[in-house]
Amino acid sequence: MSKYTEDDLREELKTKEYEYGFYTDIESETFPIGLNEDIVRAISKKKEEPEWMTEWRLEAFKVWKEMTEPEWANVHYEKPDFQSIAYYSAPVAIDPNKTLDDVDPDLLAMYKKLGISVDEQKKMNNIAMDIVVDSVSVATTFKKTLAEKGIIFMSISEAIKEHPELVKKYLGTVVPQKDNFYAALNSAVFSDGSFCYIPKGVRCPMELSTYFRINQAGTGQFERTLVIADEGSYVSYLEGCTAPSRDENQLHAAVVELIALDDAEIKYSTVQNWFPGTAEGKGGVYNFVTKRGLCETNAKISWTQVETGSAVTWKYPSCVLKGDNSVGEFYSIAVTNNYQQADTGTKMIHLGKNTKSTIISKGISAGKSQNSYRGLVQISSRAENARNFSQCDSLLMGNECGAHTFPYIEAKNKSAQIEHEATTSKIGEDQIFYCNQRGIDTEKAIALIVNGFSKEVLNKLPMEFAVEAQKLLEISLEGSVG
Amino acid sequence: MLEIKDLHASVEGKGILRGINLEVKAGEVHAIMGPNGSGKSTLASVIAGKEEYEVEKGQILLNDEDIEELAAEERAHKGVFLSFQYPVEIPGVSVTNFIKTAINETRKSKGLDDMPAKDMLKMIREKAELLEIDRKFLSRSLNEGFSGGEKKRNEIFQMAMLEPKLAILDETDSGLDIDALRIVANGVNKLKSKDNAVIVITHYQRLLDHIVPDFVHVLYNGRIVKSGTKELAHELEEKGYDWIKEEVGA
Repeated sequence: MSKYTEDDLREELKTKEYEYGFYTDIESETFPIGLNEDIVRAISKKKEEPEWMTEWRLEAFKVWKEMTEPEWANVHYEKPDFQSIAYYSAPVAIDPNKTLDDVDPDLLAMYKKLGISVDEQKKMNNIAMDIVVDSVSVATTFKKTLAEKGIIFMSISEAIKEHPELVKKYLGTVVPQKDNFYAALNSAVFSDGSFCYIPKGVRCPMELSTYFRINQAGTGQFERTLVIADEGSYVSYLEGCTAPSRDENQLHAAVVELIALDDAEIKYSTVQNWFPGTAEGKGGVYNFVTKRGLCETNAKISWTQVETGSAVTWKYPSCVLKGDNSVGEFYSIAVTNNYQQADTGTKMIHLGKNTKSTIISKGISAGKSQNSYRGLVQISSRAENARNFSQCDSLLMGNECGAHTFPYIEAKNKSAQIEHEATTSKIGEDQIFYCNQRGIDTEKAIALIVNGFSKEVLNKLPMEFAVEAQKLLEISLEGSVG
Repeated sequence: MLEIKDLHASVEGKGILRGINLEVKAGEVHAIMGPNGSGKSTLASVIAGKEEYEVEKGQILLNDEDIEELAAEERAHKGVFLSFQYPVEIPGVSVTNFIKTAINETRKSKGLDDMPAKDMLKMIREKAELLEIDRKFLSRSLNEGFSGGEKKRNEIFQMAMLEPKLAILDETDSGLDIDALRIVANGVNKLKSKDNAVIVITHYQRLLDHIVPDFVHVLYNGRIVKSGTKELAHELEEKGYDWIKEEVGA
């Protein structure tokens, strides 16, 4: 009988491989590497953008040039050389006027490999998908159904051309160009992303979904997402991300802005599975993302994220609770293995009266990884009766990983009620033996324990994706155990 | 069913079992008694395949097959069940989800598909009734916040669901009040058949009033030093273990 110790467990966890590590050979058009004003102009021109958009980008670029990369996060990595990255890569086989049937078969095969055949998605799920491969949105489905309700769901490039008034009014209002280093970079060079507008009083009848994937070598992906829920409307939005395995680090610096007007509700879920690097800590995606939502009166924004990929993650989906009675929620599962590092959490900025926020964070660390929760709960002086509840739980596997919690609380109003709970636990050999004795092998046992640990957050995901996320947790942690 | 031959086992270099011989036939109930530290729980863990225990010598045969090289889950698939003395908590995993996973993993090992949800539900209902388990209990996280009695009842519920060939009950009576003891014992008695066998590990006679053993063995210093019928259990209850120790020492 084989002896199964903590060491073996650790050893086996180390040897998992990245399931989505394949590269599709599609002809791509890539810009020369490096970044300067000409490149910014070229991106804008390539995308046939109006003058105001070009100017907006250039403004961001100017700000970015003067900024330095932040260093306060609990992550250590070699800084990307921003002059050795290609800032635009589009599969050339794609003509935006083509229908799905005309889409490059290689590309479709790639989706199949990812388990997201567009046709299947169309038929079987009630999901509208906007797929971003590298930088260009290639297929937008369900457009017609949505259009009947007045819902706009398209790539941000199209939106800039077709709905300039909306884009102009809201772009950069929640995450300004100069917000931070990566947001400024994104504002200057964003290649594509999704745009969504839900008109007054409309309840979006289906989950809106975007699938991001980095394909081309040496490219950074800079998506820009803008979701506007007009008064009294509701939308649930999901983004899923994967990247093929590559040795060099790839940069991903996205910006997501959510605007929930009076009485509106936005549910934004993310499943992130970018390439985490090899077991030796080589390669992997740098995921430096700025996500923020603004809540007007009685509005609600919920962020749910399942983060299993990337070599380095720097991400704090936040809510600005500007309107009275508005609600912000953050539910997160962050898994790190091998040499992965994650510094993730949220900011809940309470400005309005009777505002409420909830933070549930579950961190799972294995291998030699470092997993940090960083959160800020800020209650302004005008925010009467603001309430926050935070819970941060960490699960450790093995003795070489780390879990850290950095909760910041700033309350300037005496009526505020803030609660914070935190736990740290370890998967025990006793738990594993108990499962083994019931006929459940170690791999399945870990999956069961991890899923139990993450349940509160998994329950917040839309049904269709909860299953996918559960699988992802299993892949991330015990791909080759047993 | 089970045949143990000259079994020696140690944990962290410390010898605990020093030559156990035991034969359990289908349809039989065996009780293993003995003072603290005599190796009762170790014997249970070694049969179940816990990694920390090193088998140094001897054999464990289950239906004539040597199971020593098999992992714990493989032994479970072959019908070995251990009711734990201290069942562990698994937060966020419901009793139902856990037992469903256990059953389906066992089926998978035999090349069978998952049990259809309808059949699973029916079985859960029947077995829960047998052990007087409330429906609400089944949705709670496994052993989390359970009372001692609830934990043990949950163990026997799992046994009922998994229908093992060989069930080992490790101090199932500890932490049970008299009502819970009766329920648990009734459950075990109803699950008993001519095709399965039960090993009851206990300190006390009281469980054996409810689950009547065919044979009683006394374990002392890692060896079975005395075997008999249920009368032996009564004798132990009356006289304690000292006379056994003296007898062995003499």
